[in-house]
Amino acid sequence: MATPRIPLEKQVLIAVNGDEAVAYAVKQCLVDVVAAYPITPQTVIVERFSEFVADGEVHTEFVPVESEHSAMSACVGAAAAGARAFTATAANGLALMWEILYIAASLRLPIVLAVVNRALSAPINIHCDHGDAYGMRDSGWIQLFVENSQEAYDTTIQAFKIGEHPDVQLPVAVNLDGFFLSHTLENIRMLPDDVVHEFLGGYRKIPKTYVDYHGREVELKLDPSSPISFGPLDLYDYYFEHKMHQIEAMKRVPDVVKKVNEEWSELTGRSYGDGVLVPYATEDADVIVTVLGSTSGTVRTVVKKLRSRGYKVGMVRIRMFRPFPFNELRELLKGAKVVGVMDRGISFGSYGPSFMEINTTLYDLRERPLLVNYVYGLGGRDAPPDLIEKMFMELLEIAKTGEVKEKLRFLGVRE
Amino acid sequence: MSKPEPRGWKDLPMAALPYKLSLEYRTGDWRALRPVIDYGKCTRCLICWLYCPDMAIVWDGEKPVVNYDYCKGCGICAHECPVKAIEMKPETA
Repeated sequence: MATPRIPLEKQVLIAVNGDEAVAYAVKQCLVDVVAAYPITPQTVIVERFSEFVADGEVHTEFVPVESEHSAMSACVGAAAAGARAFTATAANGLALMWEILYIAASLRLPIVLAVVNRALSAPINIHCDHGDAYGMRDSGWIQLFVENSQEAYDTTIQAFKIGEHPDVQLPVAVNLDGFFLSHTLENIRMLPDDVVHEFLGGYRKIPKTYVDYHGREVELKLDPSSPISFGPLDLYDYYFEHKMHQIEAMKRVPDVVKKVNEEWSELTGRSYGDGVLVPYATEDADVIVTVLGSTSGTVRTVVKKLRSRGYKVGMVRIRMFRPFPFNELRELLKGAKVVGVMDRGISFGSYGPSFMEINTTLYDLRERPLLVNYVYGLGGRDAPPDLIEKMFMELLEIAKTGEVKEKLRFLGVRE
Repeated sequence: MSKPEPRGWKDLPMAALPYKLSLEYRTGDWRALRPVIDYGKCTRCLICWLYCPDMAIVWDGEKPVVNYDYCKGCGICAHECPVKAIEMKPETA
Protein backbone atom coordinates (compact mmCIF):
# COMPACT_ATOMS: atom_id res chain seq x y z
CA MET A 1 0.00 0.00 0.00
CA ALA A 2 1.15 3.54 -0.74
CA THR A 3 2.30 5.63 2.18
CA PRO A 4 -0.66 7.36 3.80
CA ARG A 5 -0.80 11.14 3.55
CA ILE A 6 -0.59 11.29 7.33
CA PRO A 7 2.30 8.98 8.24
CA LEU A 8 1.77 6.65 11.20
CA GLU A 9 4.20 8.59 13.41
CA LYS A 10 1.87 11.62 13.06
CA GLN A 11 -1.08 9.48 14.19
CA VAL A 12 -1.00 9.46 17.97
CA LEU A 13 -1.31 6.03 19.54
CA ILE A 14 -3.69 6.03 22.51
CA ALA A 15 -5.10 3.26 24.69
CA VAL A 16 -8.87 3.61 24.86
CA ASN A 17 -11.99 1.49 24.91
CA GLY A 18 -14.50 1.59 22.06
CA ASP A 19 -16.70 4.19 23.72
CA GLU A 20 -13.74 6.49 24.31
CA ALA A 21 -12.63 6.00 20.71
CA VAL A 22 -16.03 7.35 19.62
CA ALA A 23 -15.84 10.24 22.10
CA TYR A 24 -12.39 11.26 20.81
CA ALA A 25 -13.64 11.08 17.23
CA VAL A 26 -16.64 13.31 18.01
CA LYS A 27 -14.30 15.73 19.80
CA GLN A 28 -12.45 16.30 16.52
CA CYS A 29 -15.52 16.63 14.28
CA LEU A 30 -16.52 20.25 15.04
CA VAL A 31 -19.85 19.08 16.40
CA ASP A 32 -22.18 21.94 17.34
CA VAL A 33 -24.68 20.05 19.50
CA VAL A 34 -24.54 16.83 21.50
CA ALA A 35 -27.78 15.88 23.24
CA ALA A 36 -27.68 12.65 25.18
CA TYR A 37 -29.06 10.53 27.96
CA PRO A 38 -26.94 7.88 29.69
CA ILE A 39 -27.48 4.17 29.15
CA THR A 40 -25.09 1.26 29.55
CA PRO A 41 -22.95 0.39 27.58
CA GLN A 42 -23.04 3.75 25.80
CA THR A 43 -22.64 6.02 28.83
CA VAL A 44 -18.85 6.31 28.57
CA ILE A 45 -19.14 8.07 25.19
CA VAL A 46 -21.13 11.03 26.44
CA GLU A 47 -19.48 10.95 29.86
CA ARG A 48 -16.07 11.51 28.23
CA PHE A 49 -17.54 14.02 25.84
CA SER A 50 -19.13 16.03 28.64
CA GLU A 51 -15.66 16.24 30.20
CA PHE A 52 -14.31 17.73 26.97
CA VAL A 53 -17.12 20.28 27.14
CA ALA A 54 -16.50 21.05 30.83
CA ASP A 55 -12.76 21.44 30.19
CA GLY A 56 -13.36 23.84 27.32
CA GLU A 57 -11.71 21.54 24.80
CA VAL A 58 -14.69 21.77 22.43
CA HIS A 59 -17.20 24.52 21.69
CA THR A 60 -20.10 22.05 21.53
CA GLU A 61 -23.45 22.82 23.17
CA PHE A 62 -24.05 19.83 25.42
CA VAL A 63 -27.74 19.20 26.19
CA PRO A 64 -28.28 16.74 29.04
CA VAL A 65 -31.86 15.80 28.18
CA GLU A 66 -34.38 13.81 30.24
CA SER A 67 -34.76 10.83 27.88
CA GLU A 68 -33.56 9.37 24.60
CA HIS A 69 -36.76 10.50 22.91
CA SER A 70 -35.70 14.01 23.88
CA ALA A 71 -32.08 13.38 22.91
CA MET A 72 -33.02 12.61 19.33
CA SER A 73 -35.64 15.39 19.33
CA ALA A 74 -33.01 17.91 20.41
CA CYS A 75 -30.68 16.63 17.68
CA VAL A 76 -33.47 17.01 15.12
CA GLY A 77 -34.09 20.59 16.24
CA ALA A 78 -30.39 21.40 16.23
CA ALA A 79 -29.78 19.85 12.82
CA ALA A 80 -32.85 21.62 11.41
CA ALA A 81 -31.27 24.86 12.59
CA GLY A 82 -28.12 23.96 10.64
CA ALA A 83 -26.01 22.35 13.36
CA ARG A 84 -23.83 19.26 13.16
CA ALA A 85 -25.42 17.05 15.82
CA PHE A 86 -24.44 13.83 17.56
CA THR A 87 -25.96 11.51 20.12
CA ALA A 88 -25.36 7.98 21.36
CA THR A 89 -27.53 5.29 22.85
CA ALA A 90 -28.18 1.55 23.20
CA ALA A 91 -31.00 -0.99 23.35
CA ASN A 92 -33.96 0.38 25.32
CA GLY A 93 -32.75 3.92 24.81
CA LEU A 94 -32.72 3.37 21.07
CA ALA A 95 -36.21 1.90 21.32
CA LEU A 96 -37.39 5.07 23.07
CA MET A 97 -35.86 7.13 20.24
CA TRP A 98 -37.71 5.12 17.63
CA GLU A 99 -40.38 7.68 16.74
CA ILE A 100 -37.85 10.45 16.20
CA LEU A 101 -35.45 8.25 14.19
CA TYR A 102 -37.98 8.25 11.36
CA ILE A 103 -38.39 12.01 11.62
CA ALA A 104 -34.62 12.63 11.46
CA ALA A 105 -34.35 10.50 8.32
CA SER A 106 -37.37 11.88 6.48
CA LEU A 107 -36.38 15.48 7.22
CA ARG A 108 -32.97 14.57 5.74
CA LEU A 109 -30.96 15.63 8.78
CA PRO A 110 -27.44 14.12 8.79
CA ILE A 111 -27.28 13.41 12.52
CA VAL A 112 -24.70 10.86 13.65
CA LEU A 113 -25.76 8.32 16.28
CA ALA A 114 -23.46 5.85 17.98
CA VAL A 115 -25.40 2.71 18.84
CA VAL A 116 -23.53 0.57 21.34
CA ASN A 117 -25.35 -2.66 20.58
CA ARG A 118 -27.08 -4.22 23.54
CA ALA A 119 -29.95 -6.65 24.14
CA LEU A 120 -33.47 -5.33 24.48
CA SER A 121 -35.49 -6.09 27.62
CA ALA A 122 -37.09 -8.28 28.97
CA PRO A 123 -35.43 -9.83 30.84
CA ILE A 124 -33.10 -6.93 31.41
CA ASN A 125 -29.65 -7.52 29.96
CA ILE A 126 -26.92 -4.98 29.28
CA HIS A 127 -24.77 -7.14 27.00
CA CYS A 128 -24.12 -7.29 23.29
CA ASP A 129 -26.95 -8.12 20.88
CA HIS A 130 -27.89 -6.63 17.52
CA GLY A 131 -31.63 -6.68 18.24
CA ASP A 132 -31.57 -2.95 18.95
CA ALA A 133 -29.97 -2.09 15.59
CA TYR A 134 -32.23 -4.50 13.70
CA GLY A 135 -35.17 -2.71 15.31
CA MET A 136 -34.26 0.58 13.58
CA ARG A 137 -33.69 -1.18 10.26
CA ASP A 138 -36.65 0.43 8.48
CA SER A 139 -36.30 3.93 9.91
CA GLY A 140 -34.39 5.36 6.95
CA TRP A 141 -30.98 5.59 8.66
CA ILE A 142 -27.69 4.47 7.17
CA GLN A 143 -26.37 1.66 9.41
CA LEU A 144 -22.66 0.88 9.66
CA PHE A 145 -21.20 -1.87 11.88
CA VAL A 146 -17.61 -1.80 13.11
CA GLU A 147 -15.29 -4.63 14.06
CA ASN A 148 -12.94 -2.95 16.53
CA SER A 149 -12.30 0.30 18.37
CA GLN A 150 -9.99 1.70 15.70
CA GLU A 151 -12.79 1.26 13.22
CA ALA A 152 -15.24 2.85 15.69
CA TYR A 153 -13.01 5.96 15.71
CA ASP A 154 -12.54 5.95 11.94
CA THR A 155 -16.19 5.27 11.15
CA THR A 156 -17.53 7.96 13.49
CA ILE A 157 -15.54 10.59 11.58
CA GLN A 158 -16.52 9.06 8.23
CA ALA A 159 -20.19 9.02 9.29
CA PHE A 160 -20.39 12.83 9.31
CA LYS A 161 -18.84 12.97 5.85
CA ILE A 162 -21.18 10.28 4.48
CA GLY A 163 -24.37 11.68 6.01
CA GLU A 164 -23.61 15.28 5.00
CA HIS A 165 -22.61 14.41 1.43
CA PRO A 166 -24.78 16.46 -0.98
CA ASP A 167 -26.02 13.25 -2.64
CA VAL A 168 -27.01 11.70 0.67
CA GLN A 169 -28.26 14.05 3.44
CA LEU A 170 -29.32 11.21 5.71
CA PRO A 171 -28.59 10.32 9.33
CA VAL A 172 -25.99 7.66 10.07
CA ALA A 173 -25.89 5.10 12.89
CA VAL A 174 -22.45 3.77 13.80
CA ASN A 175 -22.88 0.41 15.53
CA LEU A 176 -20.28 -0.98 17.91
CA ASP A 177 -20.70 -4.09 20.00
CA GLY A 178 -21.53 -3.46 23.64
CA PHE A 179 -18.75 -4.48 26.06
CA PHE A 180 -16.83 -6.52 23.47
CA LEU A 181 -15.79 -3.15 22.02
CA SER A 182 -17.29 -0.47 24.23
CA HIS A 183 -15.51 -1.52 27.41
CA THR A 184 -12.41 -3.27 26.06
CA LEU A 185 -9.10 -1.43 26.01
CA GLU A 186 -7.39 -1.25 22.65
CA ASN A 187 -4.61 0.81 21.09
CA ILE A 188 -5.93 3.09 18.39
CA ARG A 189 -4.32 5.71 16.16
CA MET A 190 -5.78 9.21 16.14
CA LEU A 191 -5.38 11.86 13.49
CA PRO A 192 -4.37 15.42 14.36
CA ASP A 193 -7.42 17.68 14.91
CA ASP A 194 -6.76 19.88 11.88
CA VAL A 195 -6.57 16.85 9.58
CA VAL A 196 -10.03 15.73 10.70
CA HIS A 197 -11.38 19.27 10.24
CA GLU A 198 -9.99 19.33 6.72
CA PHE A 199 -11.34 15.84 5.94
CA LEU A 200 -14.84 17.03 6.89
CA GLY A 201 -14.46 20.34 5.07
CA GLY A 202 -14.89 22.33 8.29
CA TYR A 203 -18.31 22.92 9.78
CA ARG A 204 -21.45 21.37 8.37
CA LYS A 205 -22.46 22.65 4.94
CA ILE A 206 -26.20 23.09 4.45
CA PRO A 207 -27.73 21.89 1.17
CA LYS A 208 -30.06 24.08 -0.85
CA THR A 209 -33.44 23.21 -2.30
CA TYR A 210 -35.82 25.14 -4.57
CA VAL A 211 -38.90 26.41 -2.75
CA ASP A 212 -41.67 27.83 -4.94
CA TYR A 213 -42.99 30.45 -2.54
CA HIS A 214 -39.49 31.90 -2.19
CA GLY A 215 -38.98 31.66 -5.96
CA ARG A 216 -35.38 30.50 -5.43
CA GLU A 217 -33.16 27.91 -3.82
CA VAL A 218 -32.97 28.28 -0.06
CA GLU A 219 -30.79 26.60 2.55
CA LEU A 220 -32.47 23.62 4.15
CA LYS A 221 -32.52 25.08 7.64
CA LEU A 222 -34.73 27.08 9.95
CA ASP A 223 -33.76 30.62 9.07
CA PRO A 224 -36.04 33.64 9.64
CA SER A 225 -34.68 35.36 6.52
CA SER A 226 -36.03 32.55 4.31
CA PRO A 227 -38.64 30.71 6.39
CA ILE A 228 -39.51 27.09 5.66
CA SER A 229 -41.54 24.52 7.63
CA PHE A 230 -40.03 21.15 8.52
CA GLY A 231 -42.46 18.25 8.63
CA PRO A 232 -45.92 19.82 8.41
CA LEU A 233 -49.08 17.92 7.43
CA ASP A 234 -48.66 15.70 4.38
CA LEU A 235 -51.58 13.37 3.64
CA TYR A 236 -52.35 10.87 0.87
CA ASP A 237 -51.81 13.63 -1.65
CA TYR A 238 -48.02 13.98 -1.20
CA TYR A 239 -46.66 11.61 1.49
CA PHE A 240 -45.93 8.87 -1.05
CA GLU A 241 -43.99 11.28 -3.30
CA HIS A 242 -41.96 12.47 -0.33
CA LYS A 243 -41.02 8.88 0.60
CA MET A 244 -39.59 8.52 -2.93
CA HIS A 245 -36.98 11.11 -1.99
CA GLN A 246 -35.70 8.87 0.81
CA ILE A 247 -35.74 5.80 -1.43
CA GLU A 248 -33.69 7.64 -4.06
CA ALA A 249 -31.25 9.09 -1.53
CA MET A 250 -30.55 5.61 -0.15
CA LYS A 251 -29.61 4.41 -3.65
CA ARG A 252 -26.79 6.95 -3.73
CA VAL A 253 -25.31 5.89 -0.38
CA PRO A 254 -23.12 2.88 -1.34
CA ASP A 255 -20.99 4.91 -3.77
CA VAL A 256 -20.45 7.61 -1.17
CA VAL A 257 -19.50 5.10 1.54
CA LYS A 258 -16.99 3.52 -0.86
CA LYS A 259 -15.54 6.87 -1.87
CA VAL A 260 -15.14 7.96 1.76
CA ASN A 261 -13.47 4.62 2.54
CA GLU A 262 -10.96 5.27 -0.28
CA GLU A 263 -10.28 8.82 0.87
CA TRP A 264 -9.75 7.54 4.39
CA SER A 265 -7.33 4.92 3.10
CA GLU A 266 -5.25 7.54 1.29
CA LEU A 267 -5.28 9.74 4.37
CA THR A 268 -4.62 7.20 7.12
CA GLY A 269 -3.55 3.94 5.48
CA ARG A 270 -6.64 2.21 6.88
CA SER A 271 -9.54 0.91 4.82
CA TYR A 272 -12.37 -1.55 5.43
CA GLY A 273 -12.87 -3.69 2.35
CA ASP A 274 -14.63 -1.57 -0.26
CA GLY A 275 -16.38 0.29 2.57
CA VAL A 276 -19.60 -1.73 2.49
CA LEU A 277 -18.32 -5.33 2.68
CA VAL A 278 -15.10 -6.75 4.09
CA PRO A 279 -14.38 -10.15 2.52
CA TYR A 280 -11.75 -12.62 3.72
CA ALA A 281 -10.61 -15.70 1.79
CA THR A 282 -13.78 -15.85 -0.31
CA GLU A 283 -12.23 -16.37 -3.79
CA ASP A 284 -12.38 -20.16 -4.07
CA ALA A 285 -14.41 -20.83 -0.91
CA ASP A 286 -17.04 -23.59 -0.86
CA VAL A 287 -18.39 -22.30 2.45
CA ILE A 288 -18.74 -18.60 3.24
CA VAL A 289 -20.02 -17.17 6.51
CA THR A 290 -21.43 -13.65 6.76
CA VAL A 291 -21.26 -11.75 10.02
CA LEU A 292 -21.65 -8.26 11.49
CA GLY A 293 -19.59 -6.52 14.17
CA SER A 294 -16.85 -7.75 16.47
CA THR A 295 -17.55 -11.48 16.03
CA SER A 296 -15.96 -11.19 12.60
CA GLY A 297 -12.55 -11.13 14.30
CA THR A 298 -13.23 -14.56 15.76
CA VAL A 299 -14.65 -15.86 12.50
CA ARG A 300 -11.57 -14.67 10.60
CA THR A 301 -9.30 -16.50 13.07
CA VAL A 302 -11.26 -19.70 12.56
CA VAL A 303 -11.19 -19.28 8.77
CA LYS A 304 -7.41 -18.87 8.94
CA LYS A 305 -7.08 -22.03 11.03
CA LEU A 306 -9.39 -24.09 8.78
CA ARG A 307 -7.65 -22.83 5.65
CA SER A 308 -4.31 -24.03 7.09
CA ARG A 309 -5.94 -27.46 7.37
CA GLY A 310 -7.02 -27.29 3.72
CA TYR A 311 -10.71 -26.44 4.11
CA LYS A 312 -12.06 -24.03 1.50
CA VAL A 313 -13.82 -21.57 3.78
CA GLY A 314 -14.17 -17.80 3.83
CA MET A 315 -16.11 -14.96 5.41
CA VAL A 316 -17.70 -11.65 4.54
CA ARG A 317 -18.19 -8.98 7.14
CA ILE A 318 -21.19 -6.81 6.40
CA ARG A 319 -20.03 -3.30 7.28
CA MET A 320 -23.03 -1.50 5.84
CA PHE A 321 -26.40 -3.04 6.71
CA ARG A 322 -28.58 -0.16 5.46
CA PRO A 323 -28.69 0.39 2.61
CA PHE A 324 -27.99 -3.31 2.09
CA PRO A 325 -25.21 -3.98 -0.48
CA PHE A 326 -27.09 -6.62 -2.51
CA ASN A 327 -25.07 -6.40 -5.72
CA GLU A 328 -21.66 -6.38 -4.08
CA LEU A 329 -22.57 -9.30 -1.83
CA ARG A 330 -24.02 -11.36 -4.69
CA GLU A 331 -20.67 -11.12 -6.48
CA LEU A 332 -18.82 -12.41 -3.42
CA LEU A 333 -21.21 -15.25 -2.59
CA LYS A 334 -22.21 -16.54 -6.01
CA GLY A 335 -19.44 -19.15 -6.28
CA ALA A 336 -20.01 -20.72 -2.85
CA LYS A 337 -21.80 -24.03 -2.29
CA VAL A 338 -23.10 -23.05 1.14
CA VAL A 339 -23.50 -19.72 2.89
CA GLY A 340 -23.92 -19.52 6.64
CA VAL A 341 -25.54 -16.31 7.82
CA MET A 342 -24.77 -15.28 11.39
CA ASP A 343 -27.34 -13.08 13.10
CA ARG A 344 -26.96 -11.69 16.60
CA GLY A 345 -30.71 -11.17 16.69
CA ILE A 346 -33.91 -12.68 15.38
CA SER A 347 -37.22 -11.49 14.06
CA PHE A 348 -39.54 -13.68 16.14
CA GLY A 349 -41.69 -15.77 13.86
CA SER A 350 -39.20 -15.38 11.03
CA TYR A 351 -35.40 -15.51 10.64
CA GLY A 352 -32.48 -13.30 11.53
CA PRO A 353 -32.72 -9.97 9.70
CA SER A 354 -29.51 -10.35 7.69
CA PHE A 355 -30.64 -13.84 6.60
CA MET A 356 -33.69 -12.29 4.93
CA GLU A 357 -31.46 -9.83 3.09
CA ILE A 358 -29.12 -12.57 1.91
CA ASN A 359 -32.02 -14.67 0.65
CA THR A 360 -33.04 -11.65 -1.39
CA THR A 361 -29.44 -11.17 -2.53
CA LEU A 362 -29.13 -14.69 -3.90
CA TYR A 363 -32.59 -15.32 -5.33
CA ASP A 364 -31.72 -13.78 -8.72
CA LEU A 365 -28.91 -16.28 -9.30
CA ARG A 366 -29.75 -19.26 -11.45
CA GLU A 367 -27.43 -21.47 -9.38
CA ARG A 368 -27.77 -20.48 -5.77
CA PRO A 369 -25.68 -21.46 -2.73
CA LEU A 370 -27.57 -23.32 0.00
CA LEU A 371 -28.35 -21.10 2.97
CA VAL A 372 -28.36 -21.67 6.71
CA ASN A 373 -29.14 -19.04 9.33
CA TYR A 374 -27.17 -19.19 12.58
CA VAL A 375 -28.68 -17.12 15.35
CA TYR A 376 -25.97 -16.68 17.97
CA GLY A 377 -24.78 -14.58 20.89
CA LEU A 378 -28.13 -13.26 22.13
CA GLY A 379 -27.80 -11.18 25.28
CA GLY A 380 -24.02 -11.19 25.04
CA ARG A 381 -23.60 -14.99 24.94
CA ASP A 382 -20.01 -15.63 23.95
CA ALA A 383 -19.19 -16.99 20.50
CA PRO A 384 -15.75 -18.56 21.03
CA PRO A 385 -13.61 -20.04 18.22
CA ASP A 386 -14.59 -23.69 18.94
CA LEU A 387 -18.27 -22.81 18.49
CA ILE A 388 -17.58 -20.99 15.23
CA GLU A 389 -15.51 -23.98 14.09
CA LYS A 390 -18.42 -26.31 14.86
CA MET A 391 -20.62 -24.15 12.64
CA PHE A 392 -18.09 -24.30 9.79
CA MET A 393 -17.90 -28.10 10.14
CA GLU A 394 -21.70 -28.34 9.85
CA LEU A 395 -21.62 -26.11 6.76
CA LEU A 396 -18.80 -28.15 5.17
CA GLU A 397 -20.90 -31.28 5.74
CA ILE A 398 -23.86 -29.57 4.00
CA ALA A 399 -21.53 -28.64 1.11
CA LYS A 400 -20.71 -32.33 0.81
CA THR A 401 -24.23 -33.76 1.12
CA GLY A 402 -26.12 -30.88 -0.50
CA GLU A 403 -28.79 -31.23 2.16
CA VAL A 404 -29.94 -28.56 4.62
CA LYS A 405 -31.79 -30.26 7.48
CA GLU A 406 -32.50 -27.14 9.51
CA LYS A 407 -32.55 -23.73 7.88
CA LEU A 408 -32.60 -21.91 11.21
CA ARG A 409 -29.96 -23.00 13.74
CA PHE A 410 -29.17 -21.66 17.18
CA LEU A 411 -25.49 -21.48 17.99
CA GLY A 412 -24.40 -21.74 21.62
CA VAL A 413 -27.78 -22.17 23.28
CA ARG A 414 -28.39 -24.94 25.87
CA GLU A 415 -31.29 -27.34 25.38
CA MET B 1 -41.63 28.08 -12.73
CA SER B 2 -44.93 26.30 -13.20
CA LYS B 3 -45.16 22.55 -12.85
CA PRO B 4 -48.08 20.22 -13.62
CA GLU B 5 -50.41 19.57 -10.69
CA PRO B 6 -50.53 17.37 -8.75
CA ARG B 7 -46.75 17.27 -8.74
CA GLY B 8 -44.53 14.22 -9.15
CA TRP B 9 -41.76 13.58 -6.64
CA LYS B 10 -39.05 14.90 -8.96
CA ASP B 11 -40.63 18.36 -8.85
CA LEU B 12 -40.83 18.62 -5.07
CA PRO B 13 -38.31 20.24 -2.71
CA MET B 14 -36.25 17.81 -0.61
CA ALA B 15 -36.85 16.86 3.03
CA ALA B 16 -40.65 16.75 2.63
CA LEU B 17 -40.84 20.53 2.63
CA PRO B 18 -44.23 21.76 1.43
CA TYR B 19 -43.92 23.66 -1.82
CA LYS B 20 -47.00 25.73 -1.09
CA LEU B 21 -47.59 28.04 1.82
CA SER B 22 -49.87 26.53 4.45
CA LEU B 23 -52.27 29.42 3.72
CA GLU B 24 -53.21 27.50 0.58
CA TYR B 25 -54.22 24.47 2.62
CA ARG B 26 -57.90 25.18 3.33
CA THR B 27 -58.42 23.24 6.55
CA GLY B 28 -61.95 24.66 6.73
CA ASP B 29 -62.90 21.86 4.30
CA TRP B 30 -62.74 19.43 7.24
CA ARG B 31 -65.60 21.17 9.10
CA ALA B 32 -68.84 19.35 9.91
CA LEU B 33 -70.32 22.03 12.20
CA ARG B 34 -70.11 25.75 11.47
CA PRO B 35 -69.95 28.38 14.23
CA VAL B 36 -72.40 31.21 13.60
CA ILE B 37 -72.14 34.36 15.72
CA ASP B 38 -75.32 36.19 16.79
CA TYR B 39 -74.06 39.78 16.81
CA GLY B 40 -77.18 40.84 18.73
CA LYS B 41 -75.97 38.80 21.72
CA CYS B 42 -72.20 39.24 21.16
CA THR B 43 -70.56 41.62 23.68
CA ARG B 44 -67.23 41.83 21.74
CA CYS B 45 -65.41 40.37 24.75
CA LEU B 46 -63.08 38.43 22.34
CA ILE B 47 -63.03 35.27 24.45
CA CYS B 48 -63.72 33.36 21.22
CA TRP B 49 -60.77 35.07 19.49
CA LEU B 50 -58.53 34.16 22.42
CA TYR B 51 -59.57 30.50 22.59
CA CYS B 52 -59.67 29.62 18.88
CA PRO B 53 -56.80 27.10 18.42
CA ASP B 54 -56.56 27.86 14.69
CA MET B 55 -56.60 31.67 14.87
CA ALA B 56 -59.66 31.38 12.65
CA ILE B 57 -61.56 34.13 14.47
CA VAL B 58 -60.37 37.57 13.44
CA TRP B 59 -61.22 41.07 14.65
CA ASP B 60 -62.43 43.15 11.76
CA GLY B 61 -62.25 46.45 13.68
CA GLU B 62 -65.81 46.22 15.04
CA LYS B 63 -66.57 42.58 15.77
CA PRO B 64 -65.12 39.04 15.77
CA VAL B 65 -65.54 37.27 12.41
CA VAL B 66 -65.06 33.59 11.66
CA ASN B 67 -62.63 32.80 8.83
CA TYR B 68 -64.34 29.75 7.34
CA ASP B 69 -61.34 28.96 5.14
CA TYR B 70 -59.49 27.69 8.20
CA CYS B 71 -62.14 27.11 10.92
CA LYS B 72 -62.26 23.32 11.48
CA GLY B 73 -65.52 23.53 13.42
CA CYS B 74 -64.17 22.31 16.76
CA GLY B 75 -66.75 24.33 18.70
CA ILE B 76 -64.41 25.66 21.38
CA CYS B 77 -65.60 29.24 20.66
CA ALA B 78 -69.24 28.25 21.15
CA HIS B 79 -68.39 26.39 24.36
CA GLU B 80 -66.40 29.29 25.80
CA CYS B 81 -68.69 32.17 24.76
CA PRO B 82 -69.98 33.60 28.09
CA VAL B 83 -73.22 34.91 26.55
CA LYS B 84 -73.92 31.88 24.29
CA ALA B 85 -73.78 34.05 21.18
CA ILE B 86 -72.22 31.31 19.03
CA GLU B 87 -74.27 28.43 17.69
CA MET B 88 -72.77 25.36 15.94
CA LYS B 89 -74.90 24.69 12.88
CA PRO B 90 -74.54 21.61 10.64
CA GLU B 91 -72.80 22.24 7.32
CA THR B 92 -75.14 21.61 4.42
CA ALA B 93 -73.95 20.36 1.05
